[in-house]
Order: sequence, then C-alpha cells, then structure tokens
Amino acid sequence: MLPAEDGPGRPRSRRLGARLWSRAPGHGGPLRRGREDRLLGGVAAGLAARTGVDVIVIRLLFVLATLVSVGAAAYVLAWLFIPMAGEDGSIAGKALTDRRGIALAAGLASLLTIVLVLASVLGAGWIGNLAWPLVIGVAGLALIWRNAPAEEQETMRRLAEPLRGLTGDTPGMTGQHTRSATVARTVVAAGLLAGGLAVLLSGHAGAELLRPLGGLLLVVAAIMVLLGPWWLRIARDLVVERQARVRAEERADMAAQVHDSVLQTLALVQRNADQPQQVVKLARAQERELRSWLFDGRAPGSVPGEARTLASGVRLIQQEVEARYGVAVEAITVGDCDLDDDLNAVLAAAREATVNAAKWSGASVASLFAEVEPAEVSLFVRDRGCGFDPAAVPGDRRGLAESVRARMARRGGSAAVRSAPGQGTEVSLHMPRRTVKRQPSRA
Amino acid sequence: MTAPGGPGPGVTAPGGPGPGVTAPGGAGPGGGKPRVFIVDDHALFRAGVRAELGDQVEVVGEADDVRPAIAQITACLPDVVLLDVHLPGGGGHFVVTSVKAAHPQVRFLALSASDAPEDVIAAIRAGARGYVTKTISSAELIDAVRRVAAGDAVFSPMLAGFVLDAFATLPAAGQERPSFDPELDQLTLREREVLRLIARGYTYKEIARELYISVKTVESHVSSVLRKLQLSTRHQLTRWATERRLT
Repeated sequence: MLPAEDGPGRPRSRRLGARLWSRAPGHGGPLRRGREDRLLGGVAAGLAARTGVDVIVIRLLFVLATLVSVGAAAYVLAWLFIPMAGEDGSIAGKALTDRRGIALAAGLASLLTIVLVLASVLGAGWIGNLAWPLVIGVAGLALIWRNAPAEEQETMRRLAEPLRGLTGDTPGMTGQHTRSATVARTVVAAGLLAGGLAVLLSGHAGAELLRPLGGLLLVVAAIMVLLGPWWLRIARDLVVERQARVRAEERADMAAQVHDSVLQTLALVQRNADQPQQVVKLARAQERELRSWLFDGRAPGSVPGEARTLASGVRLIQQEVEARYGVAVEAITVGDCDLDDDLNAVLAAAREATVNAAKWSGASVASLFAEVEPAEVSLFVRDRGCGFDPAAVPGDRRGLAESVRARMARRGGSAAVRSAPGQGTEVSLHMPRRTVKRQPSRA
Repeated sequence: MTAPGGPGPGVTAPGGPGPGVTAPGGAGPGGGKPRVFIVDDHALFRAGVRAELGDQVEVVGEADDVRPAIAQITACLPDVVLLDVHLPGGGGHFVVTSVKAAHPQVRFLALSASDAPEDVIAAIRAGARGYVTKTISSAELIDAVRRVAAGDAVFSPMLAGFVLDAFATLPAAGQERPSFDPELDQLTLREREVLRLIARGYTYKEIARELYISVKTVESHVSSVLRKLQLSTRHQLTRWATERRLT
C-alpha cells in the first residue's frame, strides 16, 4: 500500500543504464545518490541501496578512508558525478556550464596547493600526502555548492553552520548561555587540537608507533568537542525532516488515490441519482476497488490483467460481472492452486455461467463457490432467479449448455445444470486435477 | 431486475420470509419478538438496521462503543446483540466476553463490514453465535436474528468457506500433534457437506432437502461446527484469519 517499493536510493529510471558507473559489476540499476536517507550528499545511501550493504557500514568505511587516505575526496567526487536518485544529470554536468564556479574551484585549489607545497618545503612533508585529496575535496565542494539543487544547498548550509557559529553569527543560536558554551567549546577544542598536532608532529620526528596514534586521537577528540553537539542536532533534524517528508508523500499519495477512485465515483453517483440500478452498480464496483486497495494493496483502477491462481481468477470473474451487469457476486474460494489449461477452461465456463445468471435469472445476487481438493477442482455458480426447464431449453439459452458443457468435456471435466422454473439455477463444474499439488491458500 | 438488496422472485430466505417468519422456532425465548440490542459506532448504520428490522423484532437499545455497550446490555439483558466486530474502543469480542461472563443467556450475532478477519474470529471464539456481513438483506438479517435468539448458529457463506479452508489441512506432523483433538480439530463428512452447501448459497431448508435430512439436523451440524470453531486449538485458525479476508 505504501510506496515502499519505490524506496530510497532505488533507481527510478532504467533509461540511464548506459552510464559508465552503471556497468559496475553487481545487480540492480544504475548507481544513484540516495535522496531520502542521506546525511550529506547521499553517496553512502546510494551505495548501500545498490550493494545491499548496510548504510552505516559504508559511512564508517568512508570515515576510516578519510582518516587514512582519500575518503573525503572520493566522497566529494562521487557527490559531484553521481546523479541524485530520480534526476537525470549529475552536478558535474551543470558545473560544466558554470564558468565562474570552475574559476573559483581552480582558484581555491591553487591556493591550497601553494599552502601545502609551502608546508612541505618547511619540513612537514607528510602533509603532502593529505594535500591532493584535500585540494580535490575543497574544489569539488565549491562546485557542488554553486551548482547543487536548493535541497542539497540547504544540507551544505547546515554543514557550514558551526563555522559561522564560531564567529558568533549563527541564526537561532542567541543568548548568553549558548554563546559562552560555544566559546568554551572552542577553547577546549583549540587546546586539544594544538596538543594533538604537537604530539603528531613530534611523534613523526620520533619513530615511536604509539605517539602518532595518541596525537590522532587528540585531534579527533578536538573535532568531536567542537562539532559533536552540532552533529547530533543535524542528525535529529534530518530524521524529523525525513519523517515529515515521508508523511507528506503518503498523504499526497492517499489523496490522489481517493480522488481517482472514490471522488470520481461519488461524482458519477450524483449524476445518476435518478437511476438506482446505476448507483448500486457504481457503489458496488467502488466498494470492491476500495477493499482491494485497503486490504490487498492493489491500486485502484489496476485490474490485474491475467489471473495466475484459481482464487484470483474467481475474483476477476466477480469483479467483471459486478461491474458490467450490476449484479452482486458472492465469491468464495476454498484452497487455491496455480492455473493450467484445464483450470482456465473451468474458469471460462464459470464466467459464462455467472454472466448468464446475471443476465437472465433476474436475481440480484449470484453465488460463486470454488473448492480446490487434492483430486479435483469444483466450481458452483448459483442464482435464485427465475430458473428454467433444462429439458425445454429456449434457443437463446443453448449457449450456456453448449459453451459450458462442451468446454468442460473437451478437457475431461464435467458440467451439470440444475434448474426448474421459479427455483433458480445452479451450474456445477468439476475438473480432475493433473498436478496434485495443494498450495497454501491465500486470498 | 428486482430491487437491489431485496430478495428476487423465487428467493426463499432461510426459514422463509413473509408469513413464514413467525413460524415455529422463530420467536425468542420470551415467546414474543426477540429483544435486540445494536452495537455499532456508526449512528447511520444503527438507524438503518433499526429501520430494516422494523416491527419484526423489538430493538431495546443501542450503543456506539465497548464500554457503554457492556453497561447497557447488562442493564437491559436483550435476547440478541447485533455486534459490530470493529469498534473504536477495541474489538467487539471484549463486549462478548464481558457480558457472557455474567449473563451467558445473552446471545451475540457478529456483523462486519470491515473485512477484519481477526475481529470476526475473535468475536466468534469469544462466544458469538454467528456472523453475517452488513450487506445482508433485511429478510435474511431478521431470520439470522431469530435463529440466534433460538440458540442456533448462523454462518454466512464466506464464514463457511473460511471454516472449510481452515479445517482442510491436517495438522502438520510436528508442532501441533500434542494438542490435536480429532473431536474438535476435524470436521465430519456431514459437516463438510453442510458447510459446502452454505458456501454455495443454500439456505438451511434447501440444505435439508438436498441432503435428505431435517432442518433441525442441519442446525445441529452448524452448531457443532461453531463449537469446533470456538474451542479448537488449531493455530491455523488464527493464521488463516490473518491471511484471508472474510467478507
């Protein structure tokens, strides 16, 4: 019932399957960034949806990769080049036409390069290892910032928020308390950062193994102290926002379904108010449709083209006859099995009998009962209408006996018609089963 | 074409409509019209049922939820309670269990439009004497009320199909053996025949004629199936109820 199949990160368009990244070994459609469950750009969410690996694992891998090598740069590039789920082009495609953005990115990259080259000349050569990923990452972020859709820019704005918070102009972060807390955090973080860097640098000089690790820990701790509360808030906001969006989508979906089916029918009912038969017919068809949507998850208007099992075939007959002839069909099935040619013949005969009951009997209700037993399938069509004398079948009723009887006989089954004037009619169909395999019956 | 919902020509509602309805066995224990109480959360539906039942029964009260229903039913002790199985304050079966504990003589007939099979089965296992859908015709509803008032069971074709289905498979070798009781967990051949005919749309009278037995015998078969439905420990019952949709 919910649009769950169309879940986050799932590709919505196969047309894009010819793209380079979609040929990656694996299954599923092309790789897309996840829209619903993204933290930053949705890269991890997209990968998770594509590979089936838990998104948390992929996020952790990215964080680890960032600490030891090029994770952040890879992430930014992926953000830049992989289209968002449901969209045609990537941000990079748009960025190509953004000359000023490219200039800005190039400028940033060259500036950073200069700084890092200077650093390496001054003796901190290990920084050079981090330089290139960092340069690529920052330049990519600049391009994304300029060219991403509004939705993603909002995410980036949130990313940038703590930096503004440090300078004291964060909107919504007013009041003495929060400001002093920010200052305190900044001081603590600066201390930790300095300590960490010192240990890292000295640790690099000395070849001891534990000290660089300790330095790294201090740096990470500094980042946590500085940004931790804000991260938490972002995560919370994201969850709330996502829930709100899912709810809004469900509501819109529901409204559309109700409009397409119930409201349309109500309009028809108003127009046909002087024709009770027509109104009953409409109401009945609508009731079936609504029930199958609410309880079986079938979308209104989507009549399953072909039945696969006996029970669904019986349901199809019921829907068709009710919709076309305005006669209620009480359909009951016991057990179920897959259809083969024999059973299709039974269904065709049953349909014929039901249509006849609806057309000729004059009754307002017809009963359709199907039972699947290990050895045979039985189907009964009954009405309490005018009935007829089978011995003196009028010309226009020959169709029933012939198409029903002949059809059943050809397949090795049998058909019997029991009727008398004023007594209603019952058609019984029996077909021995070829495949003796009882399935668990599901409605 | 006949009027929608009404019985067409040649239709014989169970027990026979019209003059036949006041025939033997039709009256409630009090001798006169059965006293009926209606529990449904839709005022419109209660009014509709009241109008349909007309002067064939005596409607002694209405309630729209579990708590007021229990209080009022205990106060006026009707013969039959027409019970919507799905109420805002919980399943209708709460009403059945609460009232039955103190007043076993009050009988319940479950009514459903909601297709919630768990609720239907819960109401029947709590002690309701039958189940009909809200689309039932007036004549059939009145007859069902009389039947329940007289202590018989009322099965809709859909419920009959459901019971046949639920009791069709023999319990699996493993988990169910210990509690398997052939007395309760299996239908007799005759009971199956009766249920099949109900599912095919036959009335009790027609079933009796078809099987060359008396209507009383048909009734006793149906009551015995009801008892099995209420007492059987087959876990299939719950499973089937959730997998299938009773109409």
